[in-house]
Amino acid sequence: MTRNYGKIYAGPQALWLTVFFAAPLAIIVAYSFMKRDLYGGVLPQASLEAYRSLANPTLLSVAWRTLWVSFIATVFTILIALPCGYSIARSGNQAMRLFLVIVPFWTNFLIRIYAWIAILGNEGFLNDLLKILGLRTNSVQFLYNQGAVILVLVYMYLPYAILPLFSTIDKFDFTLLEAARDLGATRMQALMKVLIPNIRGGLVTAVLFTFIPIFGAYAVPLLVGGKDAYMLGNVIADQVTKTRNWPLASSISMGVTVLTGLAAVIFAATSRRTAQHVVEDSGIGPLSATAGIPSGGQA
Amino acid sequence: MKKLRLHGAYRAVRATLKGIRPLPPRISGSGPPATGRKGHAKRRRGIAVSDFVYWAVIAFLFAPLVVLFAYSFNSSKSGSWTGFSFMWYERLFLGSGLLWNAFGNSAIIALGSASAATLLGSLAAVGTSRYSFWYRPYVKSMSFIPMILPEIIVGVSLLVFFAGVGLKLGLLTVWIAHTTFNIPFVYLLVSARLEEFDPSIIEAARDLGATEVQTLLRIILPITMPGIASGFLTAVTLSLEDFVITFFVAGPGSTTLPLFIYSAIRFGVSPVINALSAVMVAGTVLLIYPARNFLKAYAAH
Repeated sequence: MTRNYGKIYAGPQALWLTVFFAAPLAIIVAYSFMKRDLYGGVLPQASLEAYRSLANPTLLSVAWRTLWVSFIATVFTILIALPCGYSIARSGNQAMRLFLVIVPFWTNFLIRIYAWIAILGNEGFLNDLLKILGLRTNSVQFLYNQGAVILVLVYMYLPYAILPLFSTIDKFDFTLLEAARDLGATRMQALMKVLIPNIRGGLVTAVLFTFIPIFGAYAVPLLVGGKDAYMLGNVIADQVTKTRNWPLASSISMGVTVLTGLAAVIFAATSRRTAQHVVEDSGIGPLSATAGIPSGGQA
Repeated sequence: MKKLRLHGAYRAVRATLKGIRPLPPRISGSGPPATGRKGHAKRRRGIAVSDFVYWAVIAFLFAPLVVLFAYSFNSSKSGSWTGFSFMWYERLFLGSGLLWNAFGNSAIIALGSASAATLLGSLAAVGTSRYSFWYRPYVKSMSFIPMILPEIIVGVSLLVFFAGVGLKLGLLTVWIAHTTFNIPFVYLLVSARLEEFDPSIIEAARDLGATEVQTLLRIILPITMPGIASGFLTAVTLSLEDFVITFFVAGPGSTTLPLFIYSAIRFGVSPVINALSAVMVAGTVLLIYPARNFLKAYAAH
Protein backbone atom coordinates (compact mmCIF):
# COMPACT_ATOMS: atom_id res chain seq x y z
CA MET A 1 0.00 0.00 0.00
CA THR A 2 1.46 3.33 -1.00
CA ARG A 3 1.30 6.27 1.33
CA ASN A 4 -1.07 9.10 0.60
CA TYR A 5 1.23 11.65 -0.98
CA GLY A 6 -1.70 13.76 -2.19
CA LYS A 7 -1.61 15.97 0.89
CA ILE A 8 2.11 16.64 0.39
CA TYR A 9 1.68 17.48 -3.31
CA ALA A 10 -1.35 19.72 -2.88
CA GLY A 11 -0.21 21.25 0.41
CA PRO A 12 1.89 24.15 -0.91
CA GLN A 13 -0.79 25.34 -3.34
CA ALA A 14 -3.53 25.00 -0.73
CA LEU A 15 -1.44 27.02 1.72
CA TRP A 16 -0.62 29.70 -0.87
CA LEU A 17 -4.23 30.17 -1.95
CA THR A 18 -5.41 30.18 1.66
CA VAL A 19 -3.00 32.94 2.63
CA PHE A 20 -3.12 35.06 -0.53
CA PHE A 21 -6.62 34.42 -1.81
CA ALA A 22 -8.98 33.16 0.90
CA ALA A 23 -7.57 35.30 3.73
CA PRO A 24 -7.76 38.59 1.75
CA LEU A 25 -11.36 37.76 0.80
CA ALA A 26 -12.13 36.98 4.43
CA ILE A 27 -10.71 40.39 5.37
CA ILE A 28 -13.04 42.03 2.83
CA VAL A 29 -15.99 40.19 4.37
CA ALA A 30 -14.93 41.25 7.87
CA TYR A 31 -14.29 44.89 6.89
CA SER A 32 -17.71 45.15 5.28
CA PHE A 33 -19.21 44.65 8.77
CA MET A 34 -17.01 47.24 10.48
CA LYS A 35 -16.97 51.00 10.94
CA ARG A 36 -14.68 53.18 8.88
CA ASP A 37 -11.68 54.85 10.45
CA LEU A 38 -10.89 58.41 9.51
CA TYR A 39 -7.76 58.03 7.36
CA GLY A 40 -8.35 54.65 5.76
CA GLY A 41 -8.53 51.42 7.70
CA VAL A 42 -11.34 50.33 9.97
CA LEU A 43 -12.43 50.53 13.59
CA PRO A 44 -12.85 47.14 15.21
CA GLN A 45 -16.57 47.58 15.87
CA ALA A 46 -19.35 45.53 14.37
CA SER A 47 -21.63 47.68 12.23
CA LEU A 48 -24.02 47.45 9.33
CA GLU A 49 -23.28 51.04 8.32
CA ALA A 50 -21.45 50.02 5.15
CA TYR A 51 -24.42 47.99 3.97
CA ARG A 52 -26.87 50.72 4.88
CA SER A 53 -24.91 53.23 2.82
CA LEU A 54 -25.22 50.94 -0.20
CA ALA A 55 -28.74 52.28 -0.56
CA ASN A 56 -27.65 55.77 -1.54
CA PRO A 57 -29.11 56.91 -4.86
CA THR A 58 -25.78 57.66 -6.59
CA LEU A 59 -24.48 54.18 -5.83
CA LEU A 60 -27.73 52.55 -6.89
CA SER A 61 -27.66 54.37 -10.20
CA VAL A 62 -24.08 53.21 -10.80
CA ALA A 63 -25.10 49.65 -9.90
CA TRP A 64 -28.03 49.85 -12.29
CA ARG A 65 -25.80 51.25 -15.04
CA THR A 66 -23.26 48.48 -14.45
CA LEU A 67 -25.91 45.80 -14.82
CA TRP A 68 -27.37 47.47 -17.89
CA VAL A 69 -24.02 48.02 -19.63
CA SER A 70 -22.93 44.44 -18.85
CA PHE A 71 -26.20 43.08 -20.17
CA ILE A 72 -26.17 45.09 -23.40
CA ALA A 73 -22.48 44.47 -24.08
CA THR A 74 -22.90 40.73 -23.45
CA VAL A 75 -25.92 40.49 -25.76
CA PHE A 76 -24.10 42.32 -28.57
CA THR A 77 -20.98 40.23 -28.06
CA ILE A 78 -22.83 36.90 -28.18
CA LEU A 79 -24.99 37.89 -31.15
CA ILE A 80 -21.89 38.83 -33.14
CA ALA A 81 -19.74 35.95 -31.87
CA LEU A 82 -22.26 33.23 -32.70
CA PRO A 83 -22.18 33.56 -36.52
CA CYS A 84 -18.43 34.14 -36.25
CA GLY A 85 -17.81 30.88 -34.42
CA TYR A 86 -20.09 29.14 -36.91
CA SER A 87 -18.20 30.61 -39.83
CA ILE A 88 -14.83 29.49 -38.44
CA ALA A 89 -16.11 26.00 -37.66
CA ARG A 90 -17.48 25.54 -41.17
CA SER A 91 -14.51 27.07 -42.92
CA GLY A 92 -12.02 24.99 -44.85
CA ASN A 93 -9.20 27.02 -43.33
CA GLN A 94 -9.94 27.02 -39.63
CA ALA A 95 -6.34 27.62 -38.58
CA MET A 96 -6.08 30.87 -40.53
CA ARG A 97 -9.45 32.12 -39.34
CA LEU A 98 -8.59 31.35 -35.72
CA PHE A 99 -5.25 33.05 -36.15
CA LEU A 100 -6.97 36.24 -37.33
CA VAL A 101 -9.16 36.28 -34.21
CA ILE A 102 -6.27 35.55 -31.88
CA VAL A 103 -3.87 38.27 -33.07
CA PRO A 104 -5.94 41.21 -31.77
CA PHE A 105 -6.85 39.14 -28.74
CA TRP A 106 -3.21 38.61 -27.93
CA THR A 107 -2.38 42.26 -28.27
CA ASN A 108 -1.86 43.96 -24.94
CA PHE A 109 -5.07 44.83 -23.15
CA LEU A 110 -4.18 48.48 -22.56
CA ILE A 111 -2.90 48.97 -26.09
CA ARG A 112 -6.28 47.90 -27.42
CA ILE A 113 -8.00 50.46 -25.20
CA TYR A 114 -5.43 53.05 -26.20
CA ALA A 115 -6.13 52.33 -29.87
CA TRP A 116 -9.75 53.30 -29.35
CA ILE A 117 -8.75 56.51 -27.61
CA ALA A 118 -6.52 57.28 -30.60
CA ILE A 119 -9.49 56.72 -32.92
CA LEU A 120 -12.34 58.32 -30.98
CA GLY A 121 -10.45 61.12 -29.22
CA ASN A 122 -11.03 64.81 -29.92
CA GLU A 123 -7.87 64.92 -32.00
CA GLY A 124 -8.24 61.32 -33.02
CA PHE A 125 -8.43 59.54 -36.32
CA LEU A 126 -12.19 59.73 -36.74
CA ASN A 127 -12.40 63.48 -36.10
CA ASP A 128 -9.43 63.95 -38.42
CA LEU A 129 -11.24 61.98 -41.10
CA LEU A 130 -14.47 63.96 -40.68
CA LYS A 131 -12.54 67.23 -41.05
CA ILE A 132 -10.67 66.03 -44.12
CA LEU A 133 -13.94 64.98 -45.72
CA GLY A 134 -15.32 68.40 -44.88
CA LEU A 135 -18.21 67.00 -42.86
CA ARG A 136 -17.19 68.80 -39.71
CA THR A 137 -15.18 71.83 -38.78
CA ASN A 138 -15.08 71.31 -35.02
CA SER A 139 -14.36 68.09 -33.12
CA VAL A 140 -17.10 65.69 -32.11
CA GLN A 141 -16.92 64.23 -28.61
CA PHE A 142 -17.01 60.49 -29.28
CA LEU A 143 -15.35 59.44 -26.04
CA TYR A 144 -16.51 59.69 -22.43
CA ASN A 145 -20.03 58.34 -22.71
CA GLN A 146 -21.81 55.07 -22.21
CA GLY A 147 -21.85 54.25 -25.92
CA ALA A 148 -18.06 54.40 -26.11
CA VAL A 149 -17.80 52.11 -23.08
CA ILE A 150 -20.14 49.53 -24.63
CA LEU A 151 -18.33 49.68 -27.99
CA VAL A 152 -14.90 49.14 -26.43
CA LEU A 153 -16.17 46.41 -24.08
CA VAL A 154 -17.65 44.51 -27.03
CA TYR A 155 -14.33 44.95 -28.83
CA MET A 156 -12.37 43.61 -25.86
CA TYR A 157 -14.57 40.59 -25.16
CA LEU A 158 -15.54 39.38 -28.63
CA PRO A 159 -12.69 36.85 -28.78
CA TYR A 160 -13.60 35.51 -25.31
CA ALA A 161 -16.99 34.61 -26.75
CA ILE A 162 -15.87 33.54 -30.24
CA LEU A 163 -13.35 30.93 -29.07
CA PRO A 164 -15.61 28.82 -26.82
CA LEU A 165 -18.45 29.11 -29.35
CA PHE A 166 -16.15 27.97 -32.15
CA SER A 167 -14.87 25.00 -30.20
CA THR A 168 -18.36 23.69 -29.37
CA ILE A 169 -19.80 24.39 -32.83
CA ASP A 170 -16.80 22.57 -34.29
CA LYS A 171 -17.74 19.43 -32.33
CA PHE A 172 -21.32 19.65 -33.59
CA ASP A 173 -22.33 17.07 -36.17
CA PHE A 174 -23.56 19.15 -39.10
CA THR A 175 -25.37 16.23 -40.74
CA LEU A 176 -27.96 16.81 -38.01
CA LEU A 177 -28.80 20.12 -39.66
CA GLU A 178 -29.27 18.47 -43.02
CA ALA A 179 -31.38 15.78 -41.42
CA ALA A 180 -33.54 18.46 -39.81
CA ARG A 181 -33.96 20.17 -43.19
CA ASP A 182 -34.87 16.87 -44.83
CA LEU A 183 -37.48 16.35 -42.16
CA GLY A 184 -39.06 19.63 -43.14
CA ALA A 185 -37.57 22.15 -40.74
CA THR A 186 -36.87 25.61 -42.15
CA ARG A 187 -33.28 26.87 -41.97
CA MET A 188 -34.14 28.99 -38.96
CA GLN A 189 -35.94 26.13 -37.20
CA ALA A 190 -32.99 23.81 -37.86
CA LEU A 191 -30.56 26.33 -36.36
CA MET A 192 -32.73 27.20 -33.38
CA LYS A 193 -33.97 23.71 -32.52
CA VAL A 194 -31.00 21.57 -33.46
CA LEU A 195 -27.83 23.66 -33.44
CA ILE A 196 -28.49 25.95 -30.47
CA PRO A 197 -29.51 23.21 -27.97
CA ASN A 198 -26.47 21.18 -28.96
CA ILE A 199 -24.00 23.99 -28.36
CA ARG A 200 -25.61 25.14 -25.11
CA GLY A 201 -22.46 24.38 -23.13
CA GLY A 202 -20.31 26.66 -25.26
CA LEU A 203 -23.01 29.32 -25.25
CA VAL A 204 -23.15 29.36 -21.45
CA THR A 205 -19.35 29.48 -21.24
CA ALA A 206 -19.27 32.39 -23.69
CA VAL A 207 -21.90 34.34 -21.74
CA LEU A 208 -20.06 33.76 -18.48
CA PHE A 209 -16.68 34.71 -19.94
CA THR A 210 -18.06 38.00 -21.18
CA PHE A 211 -20.61 38.97 -18.55
CA ILE A 212 -18.47 38.41 -15.44
CA PRO A 213 -15.37 40.38 -16.48
CA ILE A 214 -17.54 43.14 -17.95
CA PHE A 215 -19.53 43.33 -14.73
CA GLY A 216 -16.29 43.88 -12.82
CA ALA A 217 -14.88 46.23 -15.47
CA TYR A 218 -12.49 48.88 -14.27
CA ALA A 219 -10.03 50.08 -16.91
CA VAL A 220 -12.45 50.50 -19.84
CA PRO A 221 -14.98 52.78 -18.07
CA LEU A 222 -12.10 54.65 -16.45
CA LEU A 223 -10.27 55.40 -19.70
CA VAL A 224 -13.01 55.75 -22.31
CA GLY A 225 -16.04 56.40 -20.09
CA GLY A 226 -15.17 59.14 -17.68
CA LYS A 227 -17.16 60.05 -14.57
CA ASP A 228 -20.58 59.82 -16.21
CA ALA A 229 -20.03 56.25 -17.34
CA TYR A 230 -18.37 54.92 -14.18
CA MET A 231 -19.17 51.36 -13.22
CA LEU A 232 -19.06 49.53 -9.88
CA GLY A 233 -15.42 48.59 -10.36
CA ASN A 234 -14.49 52.28 -10.52
CA VAL A 235 -16.51 53.06 -7.40
CA ILE A 236 -14.75 50.28 -5.48
CA ALA A 237 -11.35 51.51 -6.64
CA ASP A 238 -12.15 55.13 -5.70
CA GLN A 239 -13.41 54.10 -2.27
CA VAL A 240 -10.22 52.16 -1.66
CA THR A 241 -7.61 54.55 -3.00
CA LYS A 242 -9.18 58.01 -2.84
CA THR A 243 -12.05 58.29 -0.35
CA ARG A 244 -10.46 55.52 1.68
CA ASN A 245 -13.77 54.21 2.96
CA TRP A 246 -12.71 50.59 3.18
CA PRO A 247 -15.90 49.22 4.74
CA LEU A 248 -17.97 50.69 1.90
CA ALA A 249 -15.53 49.37 -0.73
CA SER A 250 -15.78 45.99 0.98
CA SER A 251 -19.56 45.94 1.03
CA ILE A 252 -19.75 46.86 -2.67
CA SER A 253 -17.17 44.15 -3.38
CA MET A 254 -19.36 41.71 -1.47
CA GLY A 255 -22.29 42.64 -3.67
CA VAL A 256 -20.26 42.12 -6.85
CA THR A 257 -18.88 38.82 -5.52
CA VAL A 258 -22.31 37.51 -4.56
CA LEU A 259 -23.70 38.37 -7.99
CA THR A 260 -20.72 36.75 -9.70
CA GLY A 261 -21.13 33.67 -7.51
CA LEU A 262 -24.81 33.55 -8.36
CA ALA A 263 -23.98 33.66 -12.08
CA ALA A 264 -21.50 30.81 -11.60
CA VAL A 265 -24.04 28.72 -9.71
CA ILE A 266 -26.69 29.25 -12.38
CA PHE A 267 -24.05 28.33 -14.92
CA ALA A 268 -23.12 25.14 -13.09
CA ALA A 269 -26.78 24.18 -12.74
CA THR A 270 -27.75 24.82 -16.34
CA SER A 271 -24.80 23.18 -17.97
CA ARG A 272 -23.65 20.55 -15.45
CA ARG A 273 -20.13 21.33 -16.51
CA THR A 274 -16.92 21.35 -14.58
CA ALA A 275 -14.10 23.86 -14.61
CA GLN A 276 -12.23 21.47 -16.85
CA HIS A 277 -14.89 21.66 -19.53
CA VAL A 278 -14.83 25.42 -19.32
CA VAL A 279 -11.09 25.44 -19.93
CA GLU A 280 -11.48 23.08 -22.86
CA ASP A 281 -14.33 25.05 -24.39
CA SER A 282 -12.60 28.35 -23.89
CA GLY A 283 -9.77 27.16 -26.07
CA ILE A 284 -7.26 27.97 -23.33
CA GLY A 285 -6.30 24.33 -23.06
CA PRO A 286 -4.67 22.73 -26.04
CA LEU A 287 -4.16 26.06 -27.74
CA SER A 288 -2.33 27.84 -25.03
CA ALA A 289 0.96 26.06 -25.58
CA THR A 290 1.05 27.53 -29.02
CA ALA A 291 -1.18 30.55 -28.91
CA GLY A 292 -1.21 31.34 -25.23
CA ILE A 293 -4.78 32.47 -25.10
CA PRO A 294 -5.24 34.43 -21.95
CA SER A 295 -8.44 34.15 -20.10
CA GLY A 296 -10.15 35.06 -16.89
CA GLY A 297 -10.58 38.49 -18.23
CA GLN A 298 -9.76 41.96 -17.14
CA ALA A 299 -11.63 45.05 -18.01
CA MET B 1 -22.46 3.00 -45.02
CA LYS B 2 -23.41 6.60 -45.64
CA LYS B 3 -27.07 5.66 -45.56
CA LEU B 4 -26.60 4.02 -42.20
CA ARG B 5 -24.96 7.18 -40.89
CA LEU B 6 -27.76 9.37 -42.15
CA HIS B 7 -30.26 7.07 -40.52
CA GLY B 8 -28.52 7.65 -37.19
CA ALA B 9 -28.70 11.38 -37.81
CA TYR B 10 -32.43 11.17 -38.51
CA ARG B 11 -33.05 9.39 -35.26
CA ALA B 12 -30.95 11.90 -33.39
CA VAL B 13 -32.88 14.81 -34.88
CA ARG B 14 -36.22 13.17 -34.19
CA ALA B 15 -35.12 12.70 -30.60
CA THR B 16 -33.96 16.32 -30.34
CA LEU B 17 -37.15 17.70 -31.81
CA LYS B 18 -39.07 15.72 -29.23
CA GLY B 19 -36.89 17.27 -26.57
CA ILE B 20 -34.91 14.12 -25.83
CA ARG B 21 -31.17 14.63 -25.91
CA PRO B 22 -29.53 12.21 -28.30
CA LEU B 23 -26.29 10.49 -27.43
CA PRO B 24 -23.23 12.53 -28.37
CA PRO B 25 -22.64 11.87 -32.08
CA ARG B 26 -19.09 10.60 -31.66
CA ILE B 27 -20.22 7.89 -29.28
CA SER B 28 -23.32 6.83 -31.15
CA GLY B 29 -21.26 6.56 -34.29
CA SER B 30 -23.58 8.78 -36.27
CA GLY B 31 -20.92 11.47 -36.60
CA PRO B 32 -18.95 11.24 -39.82
CA PRO B 33 -15.20 11.85 -39.72
CA ALA B 34 -13.98 15.42 -40.14
CA THR B 35 -13.25 14.99 -43.82
CA GLY B 36 -16.75 13.75 -44.48
CA ARG B 37 -18.15 16.79 -42.74
CA LYS B 38 -16.16 19.15 -44.93
CA GLY B 39 -17.89 17.54 -47.89
CA HIS B 40 -21.22 18.52 -46.42
CA ALA B 41 -20.21 22.15 -46.07
CA LYS B 42 -22.07 23.27 -49.15
CA ARG B 43 -22.11 26.98 -49.77
CA ARG B 44 -25.59 28.17 -49.02
CA ARG B 45 -27.07 31.53 -48.30
CA GLY B 46 -27.02 31.15 -44.49
CA ILE B 47 -23.38 30.23 -44.47
CA ALA B 48 -22.53 33.24 -46.55
CA VAL B 49 -24.23 35.44 -43.93
CA SER B 50 -22.06 34.01 -41.16
CA ASP B 51 -18.96 34.47 -43.33
CA PHE B 52 -19.92 38.07 -43.90
CA VAL B 53 -20.22 38.60 -40.14
CA TYR B 54 -16.86 36.91 -39.65
CA TRP B 55 -15.01 39.19 -42.05
CA ALA B 56 -16.78 42.26 -40.68
CA VAL B 57 -15.62 41.24 -37.19
CA ILE B 58 -12.06 40.74 -38.40
CA ALA B 59 -12.15 44.23 -39.93
CA PHE B 60 -13.53 45.59 -36.66
CA LEU B 61 -10.86 43.79 -34.60
CA PHE B 62 -7.99 44.92 -36.80
CA ALA B 63 -9.05 48.47 -37.64
CA PRO B 64 -7.78 50.05 -34.39
CA LEU B 65 -4.47 48.22 -34.71
CA VAL B 66 -4.05 49.39 -38.29
CA VAL B 67 -4.75 52.99 -37.27
CA LEU B 68 -2.16 52.76 -34.47
CA PHE B 69 0.35 51.28 -36.86
CA ALA B 70 -0.18 54.02 -39.46
CA TYR B 71 0.04 56.83 -36.92
CA SER B 72 3.26 55.46 -35.46
CA PHE B 73 4.92 56.78 -38.63
CA ASN B 74 3.36 60.24 -38.34
CA SER B 75 5.92 63.02 -38.05
CA SER B 76 3.86 65.17 -35.69
CA LYS B 77 2.51 64.60 -32.23
CA SER B 78 -1.05 65.66 -32.99
CA GLY B 79 -3.76 63.50 -34.48
CA SER B 80 -3.42 64.95 -37.98
CA TRP B 81 -1.16 63.37 -40.54
CA THR B 82 1.80 65.58 -41.36
CA GLY B 83 4.32 63.30 -43.01
CA PHE B 84 6.24 60.06 -42.79
CA SER B 85 8.84 59.64 -40.09
CA PHE B 86 10.69 57.07 -38.02
CA MET B 87 11.22 59.53 -35.19
CA TRP B 88 8.89 57.78 -32.69
CA TYR B 89 10.69 54.48 -33.18
CA GLU B 90 13.97 56.27 -32.55
CA ARG B 91 12.47 57.78 -29.40
CA LEU B 92 11.15 54.36 -28.35
CA PHE B 93 14.43 52.50 -28.67
CA LEU B 94 16.85 55.25 -27.72
CA GLY B 95 15.06 57.73 -25.51
CA SER B 96 12.66 55.76 -23.33
CA GLY B 97 14.62 54.52 -20.34
CA LEU B 98 11.58 54.37 -18.06
CA LEU B 99 9.67 52.29 -20.57
CA TRP B 100 12.42 49.70 -20.82
CA ASN B 101 12.73 49.72 -17.06
CA ALA B 102 9.03 48.85 -16.86
CA PHE B 103 9.54 46.20 -19.52
CA GLY B 104 12.32 44.67 -17.38
CA ASN B 105 10.02 44.60 -14.34
CA SER B 106 7.31 42.93 -16.40
CA ALA B 107 9.73 40.26 -17.61
CA ILE B 108 11.00 39.53 -14.09
CA ILE B 109 7.47 39.32 -12.68
CA ALA B 110 6.19 37.20 -15.58
CA LEU B 111 8.99 34.63 -15.39
CA GLY B 112 9.07 34.62 -11.59
CA SER B 113 5.35 34.28 -11.04
CA ALA B 114 4.92 31.75 -13.87
CA SER B 115 7.69 29.58 -12.38
CA ALA B 116 6.21 29.67 -8.89
CA ALA B 117 2.68 29.06 -10.16
CA THR B 118 3.85 26.18 -12.38
CA LEU B 119 5.63 24.48 -9.49
CA LEU B 120 2.72 24.82 -7.04
CA GLY B 121 -0.05 24.21 -9.57
CA SER B 122 1.53 21.15 -11.20
CA LEU B 123 2.26 19.45 -7.88
CA ALA B 124 -1.27 20.11 -6.67
CA ALA B 125 -2.69 18.72 -9.93
CA VAL B 126 -0.68 15.51 -9.46
CA GLY B 127 -1.88 15.31 -5.86
CA THR B 128 -5.57 15.79 -6.57
CA SER B 129 -5.62 13.56 -9.65
CA ARG B 130 -4.06 10.52 -7.98
CA TYR B 131 -5.10 10.68 -4.36
CA SER B 132 -8.06 11.60 -2.31
CA PHE B 133 -7.60 13.29 1.03
CA TRP B 134 -9.67 15.44 3.32
CA TYR B 135 -8.92 18.81 1.78
CA ARG B 136 -9.02 17.72 -1.87
CA PRO B 137 -12.44 19.38 -2.49
CA TYR B 138 -11.03 22.56 -0.97
CA VAL B 139 -8.06 22.53 -3.37
CA LYS B 140 -10.36 21.91 -6.34
CA SER B 141 -12.80 24.70 -5.57
CA MET B 142 -10.06 27.13 -4.54
CA SER B 143 -8.51 26.58 -7.94
CA PHE B 144 -11.68 27.56 -9.73
CA ILE B 145 -12.97 30.55 -7.79
CA PRO B 146 -10.07 32.96 -8.53
CA MET B 147 -10.67 32.38 -12.25
CA ILE B 148 -14.24 33.59 -12.21
CA LEU B 149 -13.99 36.34 -9.61
CA PRO B 150 -13.68 39.80 -11.22
CA GLU B 151 -10.10 41.00 -11.09
CA ILE B 152 -10.97 44.17 -9.25
CA ILE B 153 -12.09 42.11 -6.23
CA VAL B 154 -8.84 40.12 -6.22
CA GLY B 155 -6.80 43.32 -6.55
CA VAL B 156 -8.63 45.24 -3.83
CA SER B 157 -8.61 42.32 -1.39
CA LEU B 158 -4.86 41.83 -1.88
CA LEU B 159 -4.23 45.55 -1.37
CA VAL B 160 -6.21 45.51 1.88
CA PHE B 161 -4.41 42.33 2.92
CA PHE B 162 -0.92 43.73 2.24
CA ALA B 163 -1.82 46.88 4.16
CA GLY B 164 -3.07 44.71 7.03
CA VAL B 165 0.08 42.62 7.34
CA GLY B 166 2.28 45.67 6.80
CA LEU B 167 3.95 44.50 3.59
CA LYS B 168 5.28 47.41 1.55
CA LEU B 169 3.95 47.55 -2.01
CA GLY B 170 6.65 46.72 -4.55
CA LEU B 171 7.96 43.96 -6.78
CA LEU B 172 7.40 41.36 -4.06
CA THR B 173 3.70 42.14 -3.68
CA VAL B 174 3.25 42.18 -7.48
CA TRP B 175 4.97 38.80 -7.68
CA ILE B 176 2.72 37.36 -4.96
CA ALA B 177 -0.42 38.69 -6.68
CA HIS B 178 0.58 37.36 -10.11
CA THR B 179 1.50 33.94 -8.71
CA THR B 180 -1.91 33.84 -7.02
CA PHE B 181 -3.93 34.49 -10.17
CA ASN B 182 -1.69 32.22 -12.27
CA ILE B 183 -1.96 29.13 -10.07
CA PRO B 184 -5.53 28.14 -11.10
CA PHE B 185 -4.67 28.18 -14.81
CA VAL B 186 -1.61 25.98 -14.39
CA TYR B 187 -3.55 23.67 -12.07
CA LEU B 188 -6.42 23.20 -14.53
CA LEU B 189 -4.21 22.74 -17.60
CA VAL B 190 -2.00 20.15 -15.88
CA SER B 191 -5.08 18.40 -14.42
CA ALA B 192 -6.58 18.18 -17.90
CA ARG B 193 -3.38 16.55 -19.16
CA LEU B 194 -3.29 14.12 -16.24
CA GLU B 195 -6.84 13.02 -16.97
CA GLU B 196 -5.85 11.96 -20.46
CA PHE B 197 -3.38 9.21 -19.71
CA ASP B 198 -3.75 5.71 -18.39
CA PRO B 199 -3.06 5.63 -14.63
CA SER B 200 -2.06 1.98 -14.80
CA ILE B 201 1.35 3.14 -16.08
CA ILE B 202 1.96 4.60 -12.64
CA GLU B 203 0.81 1.43 -10.93
CA ALA B 204 3.13 -0.56 -13.18
CA ALA B 205 6.05 1.68 -12.22
CA ARG B 206 5.23 1.25 -8.53
CA ASP B 207 4.91 -2.54 -8.91
CA LEU B 208 8.32 -2.63 -10.57
CA GLY B 209 9.78 -1.01 -7.49
CA ALA B 210 9.97 2.68 -8.39
CA THR B 211 9.91 5.03 -5.41
CA GLU B 212 7.45 7.91 -5.27
CA VAL B 213 10.13 10.40 -6.33
CA GLN B 214 11.25 8.17 -9.21
CA THR B 215 7.65 7.78 -10.37
CA LEU B 216 7.13 11.53 -10.19
CA LEU B 217 10.28 12.51 -12.07
CA ARG B 218 10.51 9.71 -14.63
CA ILE B 219 6.90 8.82 -15.37
CA ILE B 220 4.55 11.63 -14.42
CA LEU B 221 6.77 14.58 -15.30
CA PRO B 222 7.51 13.54 -18.92
CA ILE B 223 3.88 12.61 -19.52
CA THR B 224 2.47 15.86 -18.15
CA MET B 225 5.16 18.01 -19.80
CA PRO B 226 2.82 19.41 -22.51
CA GLY B 227 0.35 20.47 -19.82
CA ILE B 228 3.10 21.97 -17.68
CA ALA B 229 4.55 23.83 -20.66
CA SER B 230 1.20 25.26 -21.72
CA GLY B 231 0.47 26.17 -18.10
CA PHE B 232 3.77 28.03 -17.85
CA LEU B 233 3.26 29.89 -21.14
CA THR B 234 -0.30 30.81 -20.24
CA ALA B 235 0.95 32.12 -16.90
CA VAL B 236 3.66 34.21 -18.57
CA THR B 237 1.07 35.68 -20.96
CA LEU B 238 -1.45 36.45 -18.24
CA SER B 239 1.23 38.09 -16.13
CA LEU B 240 2.49 40.29 -18.98
CA GLU B 241 -1.11 41.30 -19.75
CA ASP B 242 -2.37 42.07 -16.30
CA PHE B 243 -3.26 45.63 -15.52
CA VAL B 244 -6.11 45.71 -13.00
CA ILE B 245 -4.64 43.59 -10.19
CA THR B 246 -1.15 45.02 -10.69
CA PHE B 247 -2.59 48.53 -10.49
CA PHE B 248 -3.61 47.92 -6.87
CA VAL B 249 -0.60 46.01 -5.59
CA ALA B 250 2.26 47.86 -7.32
CA GLY B 251 4.26 50.49 -5.51
CA PRO B 252 6.96 52.96 -6.50
CA GLY B 253 9.72 51.21 -8.42
CA SER B 254 7.58 48.26 -9.46
CA THR B 255 5.92 49.78 -12.53
CA THR B 256 5.18 47.08 -15.09
CA LEU B 257 4.73 47.68 -18.81
CA PRO B 258 0.90 47.84 -18.66
CA LEU B 259 1.14 50.32 -15.76
CA PHE B 260 3.60 52.41 -17.77
CA ILE B 261 1.28 52.44 -20.77
CA TYR B 262 -1.59 53.40 -18.46
CA SER B 263 0.25 56.43 -17.12
CA ALA B 264 1.25 57.42 -20.66
CA ILE B 265 -2.40 57.23 -21.79
CA ARG B 266 -3.47 59.43 -18.90
CA PHE B 267 -1.20 62.16 -20.28
CA GLY B 268 -2.93 61.91 -23.64
CA VAL B 269 -2.11 60.27 -26.94
CA SER B 270 1.60 59.64 -27.30
CA PRO B 271 3.15 58.55 -30.59
CA VAL B 272 5.85 56.62 -28.70
CA ILE B 273 3.08 54.36 -27.42
CA ASN B 274 1.93 54.02 -31.06
CA ALA B 275 5.40 52.83 -31.99
CA LEU B 276 5.48 50.50 -28.99
CA SER B 277 2.07 49.09 -29.96
CA ALA B 278 3.22 48.47 -33.51
CA VAL B 279 6.28 46.62 -32.24
CA MET B 280 4.17 44.58 -29.82
CA VAL B 281 1.56 43.67 -32.43
CA ALA B 282 4.30 42.66 -34.85
CA GLY B 283 5.87 40.57 -32.08
CA THR B 284 2.52 38.90 -31.41
CA VAL B 285 2.10 38.01 -35.07
CA LEU B 286 5.64 36.63 -35.28
CA LEU B 287 5.04 34.55 -32.16
CA ILE B 288 1.69 33.07 -33.19
CA TYR B 289 2.18 32.73 -36.93
CA PRO B 290 4.55 29.74 -36.71
CA ALA B 291 2.03 28.10 -34.38
CA ARG B 292 -0.65 28.28 -37.07
CA ASN B 293 -0.27 24.59 -37.84
CA PHE B 294 -0.85 23.71 -34.22
CA LEU B 295 -4.01 25.76 -34.45
CA LYS B 296 -4.97 23.70 -37.44
CA ALA B 297 -4.19 20.45 -35.65
CA TYR B 298 -6.27 21.64 -32.74
CA ALA B 299 -9.07 22.78 -35.00
CA ALA B 300 -9.08 19.46 -36.87
CA HIS B 301 -9.15 17.63 -33.58
